[in-house]
Amino acid sequence: MEALGLLLHGFAVLLTWKTLVLMMVGLVLGIFVGVLPGLGGPNGVAILLPLTFTMDPTSAIVMLSCIYWGALFGGAITSILFNIPGEAWSVATTFDGYPMAQQGRAAEALTAAFTSSFIGSLVAVLLITFLAPMISSFALKFGPPEFFAVYLLTFCSFVGLGREAKHKTVISMSLGLLLAGIGMDTVSGNLRMTFGSSELLRGINFLVAVIGLFGISEILLTMEERLALRGHAASISLRVVLNVWKDLPKYWVTLLRSSFIGCWLGITPGGAIAASFMGYNLAKRFSKDPESFGKGRIEGVFAPETAAHASGTAALLPMLALGIPGSGTAAILLGGLMVWGLNPGPLLFVEHKDFVWGLIASMYLGNVVGLVLVLTTVPIFASILRVPFAAVAPMIVVSCAIGAYAIQNAMFDIWLMLGFGVVGYVFKKIGIPLAPFTLALVLGNRAEDAFRLSMIGSGGTLKVFWSNGLVGSITTLAIVLLFWPVIDGLLARVGWTQRTRAT
Amino acid sequence: MTLAAALCGTPAFAGWEPTKPVEIVVAAGAGGASDQMARMMQAAIQKNNLMKQPMVVSLKGGASGAEALMYMKSSEGDPNKVLIAYSLIYMLPLSAKIPFNWRELTPVSVIALDQFVLWDNSEGPKTVKEFVAAAKAASAPFKMGGTGSKREDHVLTVFLEQKTGAKFSYLPYKSGGEAATQLVGNHTESNVNNPSENLEVWRAGQVRPLCVFDKERISYTSKVTDTQSWADIPTCKEEGVDVQYLMLRAMFLPGKVTPEQQAFYVELFHKVTQTTEYKDYMEKQALKPIFLTGKDMVQFLEEDDAINKSLMTEAGFVAK
Repeated sequence: MEALGLLLHGFAVLLTWKTLVLMMVGLVLGIFVGVLPGLGGPNGVAILLPLTFTMDPTSAIVMLSCIYWGALFGGAITSILFNIPGEAWSVATTFDGYPMAQQGRAAEALTAAFTSSFIGSLVAVLLITFLAPMISSFALKFGPPEFFAVYLLTFCSFVGLGREAKHKTVISMSLGLLLAGIGMDTVSGNLRMTFGSSELLRGINFLVAVIGLFGISEILLTMEERLALRGHAASISLRVVLNVWKDLPKYWVTLLRSSFIGCWLGITPGGAIAASFMGYNLAKRFSKDPESFGKGRIEGVFAPETAAHASGTAALLPMLALGIPGSGTAAILLGGLMVWGLNPGPLLFVEHKDFVWGLIASMYLGNVVGLVLVLTTVPIFASILRVPFAAVAPMIVVSCAIGAYAIQNAMFDIWLMLGFGVVGYVFKKIGIPLAPFTLALVLGNRAEDAFRLSMIGSGGTLKVFWSNGLVGSITTLAIVLLFWPVIDGLLARVGWTQRTRAT
Repeated sequence: MTLAAALCGTPAFAGWEPTKPVEIVVAAGAGGASDQMARMMQAAIQKNNLMKQPMVVSLKGGASGAEALMYMKSSEGDPNKVLIAYSLIYMLPLSAKIPFNWRELTPVSVIALDQFVLWDNSEGPKTVKEFVAAAKAASAPFKMGGTGSKREDHVLTVFLEQKTGAKFSYLPYKSGGEAATQLVGNHTESNVNNPSENLEVWRAGQVRPLCVFDKERISYTSKVTDTQSWADIPTCKEEGVDVQYLMLRAMFLPGKVTPEQQAFYVELFHKVTQTTEYKDYMEKQALKPIFLTGKDMVQFLEEDDAINKSLMTEAGFVAK
């Protein structure tokens, strides 16, 4: 197998002391940001990104992706112990995890969460390992129309598959697209919406926006809600771990289903949040005893955690192979790739084998090391939450400000970040989702350029988006996904009518 | 002869030295020609101990490089920043009305001239004549890939149209690398990339150089591919298309630095041009060696500015 050879090569790239140390550092930092309610995977990665500017790309991505794995693991800790989801994708974990902790089964719940995270991730990495080389041979088929079709697919699936109200997703996305237009327009060579300001010349940096939108706004919300942190003591003994693992095979259907949902939603940009809810809901729907869910059933921890972690991992595949991120964190990693001088996209697999396979190898190793690390450090991380919020909050704000400044060494960006913090707060208050906004800010420019280049090349006809099998099927799929709620409704009605006829 | 001119303008001893790390400001994205050149100079300076302070590369490619220009403009009096400039210093103020004038910066030296080559896919026409004929006969205009809008590549495309009568659709990509990949994937019919931008795909046999936009052939005769060297590429004029364009690569300090500080950098970059790293780089990237400082440099810049301005005006790219 070609993939196995390349993977072994990846391990060879990875197994140096420097990389291994960075991996540990990344995992610990990641668990830390995962545990803190104000910070999350995207914020953690965004804030720490400038630290990696001087590293070589492989070390940098290993460290940042380990922050990501760490955050995925860490998110479960607060959900279970405190009923505070450290991450949006661990909301579903609280449903059964917290009741388990209340019943004194915290250790069991944590072990279940970490183990299922590990399994979900492993399934997704296997998928990446064997799909990636196929995707890279696709490489050169992508011209402007194909790129645009893929971006369209991303935008459409956010609207069509997202859980939020459709009009709110569209509003959020449109605002993002508007802000993405600021700065130099490469196609016409003109400046847009800069109003004579030289600060606006370079456009709105999406990292600055992300730190403000997620980090600062979360702090504002937490302040308002006067969050009191009350924790359950937890420690994990080897006996509990082994007991949970012994029972694992019983839940293979749930684990497999959640892994599949996670991979699917990770590759199409449904994201870990959607995946965790879908995993939980489906586990409940197919359970023989749905009533017991929400009262401390271990399956209710397995299902969302497996899906969230599978999705978080799988989200890196489209980011690497096509240059489109499947999650917020992947979007930030994508920005990182460009900073390190790598062009994410089909050719990455051809031109930067060390980087890609080093990263994939780090996914295997990072998850094994991460699992051991979280299982052994739970009591320490739980104690963070005993520090008063009043002491933690200023530290988070300062780290956000440093992060925003360091991206372009511009004071203006700190003001921008604070502004976005307020915007994020208002959005959350009125229920406008932030993810479409971020996505549009990251991809808006590229989508616009790809569309206009397609138009120039085709002489202005939209037929170019159906001019060959590849671009045609992506565009059609995009439109199907956009109208998915309608189509799904129709299908359900047909199914329902058939069933009533049968009875 | 250019080197002789350079030596006259170089003082034997410079009294000032940087006390902080020096930033090379690159007005383009990572991996582009400017970035590669900056990293080559960084390595040459470090390996040969030409300066006590370290040199760091700082990428300011935002707004098609305007970010770097504004950054230099606002760093008046700071002798720890050097810009590695190219023809955008003339073109951007004209096309996008950026409030910038290179005369406000302190010129240090012109260090190289970059060539432009007409390339097509290796499955495409084999000579300029066949290429032009195919472009004219095509039902839809040939697609010409390039970097940015209303810049060197775009100007060349307009003049190619004027001289041959063929029509092209110009597709502005974000970088020369992207333009190269798109040509390989047959999404465009041609591009006018710099040698360095298409070097790897040429060596891989995926693209073919048709002609070079200069009055003489490139001087490097060692083989680049199995059969061809840079010197084997005919000039466009030889092939009956009289279009010429060379792009400067020059170093600038911010405005209002002292003559001692300027002299230090003139000396520094003169030493850089003597290193093997620089010489190897020039040959590998098929750059034209040149070294100008002082009055010669200013005179060169003024003439070059005038040429660029008239080309931009003629192409209709000057913003009203």
